[in-house]
Amino acid sequence: MEGDSGDGEACPQLELRLGPPGGGGGGGVGGREDLWALKNAACSSKNRHDNPPLVLSFGYFPTPNQYSPGYPSTISPSQHQRVPNSFKESQRSEMQLTDPKGETFSETTAPPTSSQKRTAPAPVVGWPPIRSFRKNISNTSTNQAKQPHPHTALESQNKRNLENEKPLTVKSSAKEKSLFVKINMDGVPIGRKVDLRTFDSYEKLSSAVDQLFRGLLAAQKDSSAGGIQSKEVEEKPITGLLDGREEYTLVYEDYEGDRMLVGDLPWQMFISTVKRLRVLKSSEVSDLTSKLPYKTVLIPCKTIL
Amino acid sequence: MNYFPDEVIEQVFDYVTSHQDRNSISLVCKSWYRIERLSRQRVFIGNCYSISPDKVIERFPAIRSLSLKGKPHFADFNLVPYDWGGHVYPWIVAMAKSKVNLEEIRLKRMVVSDESLELISSSFANFTSLVLVSCEGFTTNGLKAVAANCSLLRELDLQENEVEDHRSQWLNHFPESSTSLVTLNFSCLKGEINLAALERLVARSPNLKTLRVNRAVTLDSLQKILSWAPQLMDLGVGSFIHDPDSETFYKLKNTIVQCKSITSLSGFLEVAPYCLPAIYPVCSNLTSLNLSYALGIPASELIKLIRHCKRLQRLWILDCIGDKGLEVVASNCKDLQELRVFPSDPFGAGNTVVTEEGLVAISFGCKKLNSLLYFCHQMTNAALITVANNCPNFVRFRLCILDPTKADPLTQQPLDEGFGAIVQSCKGLKRLSLSGLLTDMVFLYIGMYAEQLEMLSVAFAGKSDKGMIYVLNGCKKLRKLEVRDSPFGDAALLADPGKYETMRSLWMSSCEVTLGACKALARKMPMLNVEIIDDSELTVDEALCGGAPVAVTADGDDKQKVEKMYLYRTLAGPRNDAPEFVCTL
Repeated sequence: MEGDSGDGEACPQLELRLGPPGGGGGGGVGGREDLWALKNAACSSKNRHDNPPLVLSFGYFPTPNQYSPGYPSTISPSQHQRVPNSFKESQRSEMQLTDPKGETFSETTAPPTSSQKRTAPAPVVGWPPIRSFRKNISNTSTNQAKQPHPHTALESQNKRNLENEKPLTVKSSAKEKSLFVKINMDGVPIGRKVDLRTFDSYEKLSSAVDQLFRGLLAAQKDSSAGGIQSKEVEEKPITGLLDGREEYTLVYEDYEGDRMLVGDLPWQMFISTVKRLRVLKSSEVSDLTSKLPYKTVLIPCKTIL
Repeated sequence: MNYFPDEVIEQVFDYVTSHQDRNSISLVCKSWYRIERLSRQRVFIGNCYSISPDKVIERFPAIRSLSLKGKPHFADFNLVPYDWGGHVYPWIVAMAKSKVNLEEIRLKRMVVSDESLELISSSFANFTSLVLVSCEGFTTNGLKAVAANCSLLRELDLQENEVEDHRSQWLNHFPESSTSLVTLNFSCLKGEINLAALERLVARSPNLKTLRVNRAVTLDSLQKILSWAPQLMDLGVGSFIHDPDSETFYKLKNTIVQCKSITSLSGFLEVAPYCLPAIYPVCSNLTSLNLSYALGIPASELIKLIRHCKRLQRLWILDCIGDKGLEVVASNCKDLQELRVFPSDPFGAGNTVVTEEGLVAISFGCKKLNSLLYFCHQMTNAALITVANNCPNFVRFRLCILDPTKADPLTQQPLDEGFGAIVQSCKGLKRLSLSGLLTDMVFLYIGMYAEQLEMLSVAFAGKSDKGMIYVLNGCKKLRKLEVRDSPFGDAALLADPGKYETMRSLWMSSCEVTLGACKALARKMPMLNVEIIDDSELTVDEALCGGAPVAVTADGDDKQKVEKMYLYRTLAGPRNDAPEFVCTL
């Protein structure tokens, strides 16, 4: 294949490719100048590898401490991101092998066989590129015997990557998948998601909601007063979500869209019907009465027989 | 041509059906533009935000069929936030208000509400055809409205949508007078349906040619349905499990033998391997077979089945068929044009069920192959070069190596040469998806050789801006470029701003592009919408660890990297339905 014979080709290759401005439209003379400028820059910046942009760009190095304002989080919603072994190796070898003149064309190799062992590739957001619909089919197929969860369809759509992150070998805890529902709070534009299966009681849910939104609420109050977010704004704990006496109350929507107060149903029944959570100002909740479902409630009763 | 009266020219134009051709003839002269636009009935809008519905109606008042696409392709893989957009409702409202005689709506990756479905069903008296692919946002209540009100409905085709089940018994709402169905596909629905209602519906639909049912349809219901519809050509099976010694199963086998017209078989959402022999009688006529949802069928059963299918042109299958199974495909299915091999265990370590060997075998046996989607655990340059030599007719070539940056295991080299061979050999290649360890070299090849390339998908590839620049410069017909996790930055983005007006869209996520560059591009190109998307919703764990969300706005620091950018040409200006995590610069 012509054109791969080393460094001197790097710039001429670029020249060859920079024919008429791509597509012809919009470029004009100015466009072409830009392209030539780029070419010169590219040829002269032989030190591209000095500041390895590659290390930063890929977004799945876990960087939990980089949440400085203005820096968009580059990691997915999983804290277990790991770079696939072979990829990491190739990065390292790449940096060793580039020389000042040359470019990176044919020199990059992955190191031999150390990464050849049959490890599963680390889970990466949205990879492999399979539609969630297809992933759901494979999940529900493996649970054929069970009644499909009423929310499987919606939740797996809403989960957005989270199933990607878990290897299909299920953890030792129950075969239940996670159950993520969205939760929004009045006055806070950014919503959250919670995995209801990580709780086993309303108290734990309530406390998680408090921790989720406490900071956001404070930030909101601060920004509405026009200030830059500062940690000095007092973060008040959000309490009394379940009893309606404090400022905020927790409500939920079931799959029929009805809004109801949280706390009346047995926990297991609750998580089987809840579709979405909301934290509303208690003043707006007054017209919602706590509704018990009209369907028969099966109460385990040891004395039935 | 100006000597002919308009009616004559219109007659001639009737023979011009492809969208691209009609677009071309409308550019010839003013009178052709006028005649064409007044006579165009089928309108295809590849990006629903590229133009407003009112403008479409104004230009094409005779519109009868509307096709729309919404979210970018990477939305299929959860890279686009749930509420990003792509709502069809404004389109339906505009069409309803203007009283166009809409008969057909085809949507892909759009958000369709029940309201939209209800409005469709009540606004268009001659409505015949609803095709929804990869859409979401509606429930079985919306389907109820369509079933009940669209009295002339011929086609209801739901492909891989996310539909909430509200136990609406929607099938019951087809009136007894409804006998016009030709296509009914509800395979993606998760809930129960009334089997008796389905059987009655099939019985009174003599024109039914395509029926794809969901998992709730049992084998014995299938038997009854097939006995009412021996004319079926395209069958999607739901649940295919039964005691093979039972009378029902015996009846099914006999019924299937009567279905001499079936050429396409799919579904098997639930299947037991010992039931498969029931379909052997139809296999010799099959041109299309989709077993990609049929988990749990061992390779040996798949191979037995394939041996009966000599006329296959399209095969979608799971990788549990293995390399050996693909060899059987290669030797049996000489007419094969399209092959898709999906991973049965996408996150497993993979006991390498399918490797480059299977693909090579296919390339030796199936010379007519022109479309490929292949998930595998490894690939070699040698294999790709062999495939390129054997099959120069590829139009679509999509390779997905499950470890996205895996090198050639034989040589430890990147796969540049292999893909280079593909683009060099397949002169008609329109769509390409790359994976594996790749440097800028592969993009040089693509720019040089892929002259017909319209869509390119890049993930974890390339070394520098040059890679992307090669593609932008070289691929004159490029329409869609989607890139993730690759080291392309501002220089690449800004290398040729005018190029983006010749394309439908560009997606870049987890690349090196900064906010400043995006702003510069948006300033320079007012006919583009440059969207910055940031949806840093965190899980509980991350929140508890003190993580904080950051919303990207246009006020941020210009040097900050943009996590997700989506730009597209548009005549409609910045969209007014963008959620808070989308900022149009």
